[in-house]
Amino acid sequence: MDAASLATIRLSIELAAATTVILLAFGTPLAWWLARGSAHGLGRLRAPMRALVALPLVLPPSVLGFYLLLALGPNGPIGRVTQALGWGTLAFTFWGLLIGSIIYSLPFVVQPIVQAFEAIGNRPLEVAATLRAGPLDAFWRVALPLARPGLMTGAVMGFAHTLGEFGVVLMIGGNIPGQTRVLSVQIYDHVEALEYGAAHWLAGGMLLFALLALLAVHAVQARWHRKATA
Amino acid sequence: MTANTELAIRAVVRQDDAFALDVDLRLPAHGVTAILGPSGSGKTTLLRAVAGLSRPSPGRVALGDAVWQDETVWLPTHRRPIGFVFQEASLFDHLTVAGNLDFGHRRVPPARRRVALDQVIDLLGIGPLLDRRPARLSGGERQRVAIARALAASPALLLMDEPLAALDAARKAELLPYFERLAHDFNIPMLYVTHAIDEAAYLSQHLLLLEQGRCAAFGPTAQILARLDIAQGQGDGAGALLDGIVESTDAAYGLMSVRFGNDHTGHIRCLQTTPPRAAGSPVRLRILARDVSIALAPAQDTSILNIVPATVREIADTGTAQVLLRLNTHGMPLLARITRKSADTLALVPGMPVYAQIKGIAVLD
Repeated sequence: MDAASLATIRLSIELAAATTVILLAFGTPLAWWLARGSAHGLGRLRAPMRALVALPLVLPPSVLGFYLLLALGPNGPIGRVTQALGWGTLAFTFWGLLIGSIIYSLPFVVQPIVQAFEAIGNRPLEVAATLRAGPLDAFWRVALPLARPGLMTGAVMGFAHTLGEFGVVLMIGGNIPGQTRVLSVQIYDHVEALEYGAAHWLAGGMLLFALLALLAVHAVQARWHRKATA
Repeated sequence: MTANTELAIRAVVRQDDAFALDVDLRLPAHGVTAILGPSGSGKTTLLRAVAGLSRPSPGRVALGDAVWQDETVWLPTHRRPIGFVFQEASLFDHLTVAGNLDFGHRRVPPARRRVALDQVIDLLGIGPLLDRRPARLSGGERQRVAIARALAASPALLLMDEPLAALDAARKAELLPYFERLAHDFNIPMLYVTHAIDEAAYLSQHLLLLEQGRCAAFGPTAQILARLDIAQGQGDGAGALLDGIVESTDAAYGLMSVRFGNDHTGHIRCLQTTPPRAAGSPVRLRILARDVSIALAPAQDTSILNIVPATVREIADTGTAQVLLRLNTHGMPLLARITRKSADTLALVPGMPVYAQIKGIAVLD
């Protein structure tokens, strides 16, 4: 495999890993609020927020990419801020790609975690409270461990989905080798140039990775289940 | 907890514009207080209000001098020194039995721990289960672990929400003695919610009867159970409690002699328990109304072992085929259910001396 392909693979993995970590970090509290937050005050925003989180599922990636491109560009709201801060514009950079990936993969990470939190129900948290655990304590020691399968599903889905994104990347990242050229774009390039052999290597690798990732999730969850009933 | 400490509860809870609960209570903060009532009568709502799992409005909850809720105070559940056992054991599936026990225990500062883990494990007989996961426990074992977990957090008040309702009769019989022992051994006041009058009769010193969210009756269990208006609602479960002292046992016939009533002048014999009770130990007997018949003279040549002199105090005649009588024997109440025809034939009226023939006696503890 040539150096350019290796750089592409590395960039893709870096992007997917960073996206997943960031989404887990702020997607988990978001999921908690969506699943179990109070229905009063700010809670009234939960229904519209759920719709917003799900939006990338139904929106064509090119549409999302188009609006992001405008927002990140020199006259867009985000572009103005980043320029004022002296960072220039983020379009066609790794950071722009990261922002796009986070938005694009948001539902794939948040929704499994929301479902996991909902499945726990009130009871374990009530029990924790009667055993002197405050809300934050109960979140760390009871809710998170019980939601572990959902967290893992969310992480794997987010990672795999970011690896495979195409439309958003093309719109806001372009195709700059070593900076914004990721696997899916590279495969597209190979096919356009009729380099089917090179495309096979990358496409086959992605296929294998996706299969292995799903198998690993199942294996780990089966182990947890065995442990829980041991 | 001294004997005169009180648990004061004022709680109004509305649900769909109706009153789910509207009570103003002063319960003794010692021994077991049973909260009895049909489903939907507000039992669980009351318990959740005491625990802080729901917030009655208006509401006031205070254990002795410690105010948990009033107009200006709101102590969230995790700051209330309670133990709560739910109907389903609700163990943490991600922890072992030992992890479950430790969860509450280690959140209590060592200086405030009044209950040792070993003691709890011992009492509930869960030593062999410590390394297991909840998914591998039987229903009875889970509930024992849940009780131990609540106890291990050194509560000043134990709240039990129908802890036996999800179990079959055999498991219930297996678990009931544990409740009695923990009430004795740990001296922690307990509110015990149930819809089963047997459990209330077995365990409690005080009984609170809830009906449609309101307090229908409250007092010492034996007195409440002997009230005809309440007994009438209990069907075949209607019966009186008799607290007595074991006098002697008759191993040859498998019988036990019990003294009861004013100056222990009453005498009754019932089946011996296994293991046999020591003479002088207290014993609680339950005599169902349907097991008591009435005679005007003591019958000779009868298989009935227990015939005690009694006075008719009250007759509840609802015009049905049977009437319920409240009798007094040696200062203790006794209930009898007989046919209305028999009552008329014997011309029973309050104040009349009779003989109560007791066919069945259950030894509760």
